[in-house]
Amino acid sequence: MARALRDAGMEVVYTGIRQTPDQIVEAAIQEDVDVIGLSILSGAHMHLIPRIMELLREKRADVLVICGGITPKEDVSHLKEIGVREVFGPGARTDDIIKFIKNNVRAKGSS
Amino acid sequence: MVMVLNMDVKGLVEQLLKGDRKSAARLITLVENQPEKAHEVASLLLPHLGRAHVVGVTGIPGSGKSTLIDKLIKELRGRGKTVGVISIDVTSPFTGGALLGDRIRMQERSIDEGVFIRSMATRGSLGGVASATKDAVKILDAFGKDIILVETVGAGQIEVDIMKIADTVILVTQPGLGDDIQAIKAGIMEIGDIFVVNKADLSGVERAMGQLEAMLNLGRWAGEWKPAVIRTISQTGEGVPELLDIIFKHMDFLKNSGLLQERRRRRGEAELMDVIRERLTQSIVGGFRGKPEFETLVDKVARGKTDPYSAADLMLKSYLEKKKS
Repeated sequence: MARALRDAGMEVVYTGIRQTPDQIVEAAIQEDVDVIGLSILSGAHMHLIPRIMELLREKRADVLVICGGITPKEDVSHLKEIGVREVFGPGARTDDIIKFIKNNVRAKGSS
Repeated sequence: MVMVLNMDVKGLVEQLLKGDRKSAARLITLVENQPEKAHEVASLLLPHLGRAHVVGVTGIPGSGKSTLIDKLIKELRGRGKTVGVISIDVTSPFTGGALLGDRIRMQERSIDEGVFIRSMATRGSLGGVASATKDAVKILDAFGKDIILVETVGAGQIEVDIMKIADTVILVTQPGLGDDIQAIKAGIMEIGDIFVVNKADLSGVERAMGQLEAMLNLGRWAGEWKPAVIRTISQTGEGVPELLDIIFKHMDFLKNSGLLQERRRRRGEAELMDVIRERLTQSIVGGFRGKPEFETLVDKVARGKTDPYSAADLMLKSYLEKKKS
């Protein structure tokens, strides 16, 4: 996925797997990113993502958050309720993800 | 709280000086994305610069630079120093995108208040290290970081360009690259203040150390700093305290010998020339493209009717004449 985004002309900061919410939010702040892309691989993420959203709000970091992975329907609506903008299932096309990002990120400097 | 949207450069700098991380990050984005704002940033930062010691870490890909930096951060924090890190990766010339992966090795450190890590892509920078990188170093300097580590990829020009930023340059290599020294090209040898043979648990470490030392002995170092050669194992952190000792020794040497002033003056000159060149290119050469006179010359050069030197002289001469009248 990171490679596909790079090939779409984006700068992708890859942090590796098994990151704590604190690490993810700190990296997003220091790198001043437009988007946080989270990969959901286990049920534990349903605890981690709300924490990430909370930290982002606490630190007033205005970042678009999207997730990908296998997510039960009720979880999807829960994630969207807490501010995750889009959840992509395993069948999602990379092109659609790229398009979503490009359409939803506001231009830097217009802030 | 501290940061609001629509904040101007002045407000961002004020927040930066108060220690706000988000403003530091936003300012770096600003100089990256809007070079025209770099001027304002640079002049506002001016009274707050020159405190940090800037250490460039460069070397061949895969030699473990990021892991070594991770261990250096740990050691520096242990000695009470705050640390800024700028990791530079190459932008793809085809797509303009970049994969910035150095952070993976340092992620644990990023939640430490005394550490600030930023990845940057080279983007279109022709001179290797982008001018945005120089500005980012200044931002972290004004932010109050004691030591700023700048990691660059081993890709020729960028390695040499690290001299334009760093007070101390560390070159990282590893044993067993066949013709060890060939991996570090002759010209690049000259920029190193400290040479690190990393992954010293691999076989061939003695050979690599010996070759480096032999090569360095060819230089004349009378009264000057003779580059140190040191072995480390970045995975375990072995040799890292010793490496840091040498970095500090080099810092002292620079200060006491007056070389720091000399180097910073040389850097000031390079920086000034860079900006002049950039401005000249923009204001003069930028307007050439599309002009019939220029396009005709391009055709002539392409068809072999004239050589590029004569064409350039013609173009500049006519520009200067028009300017006068």
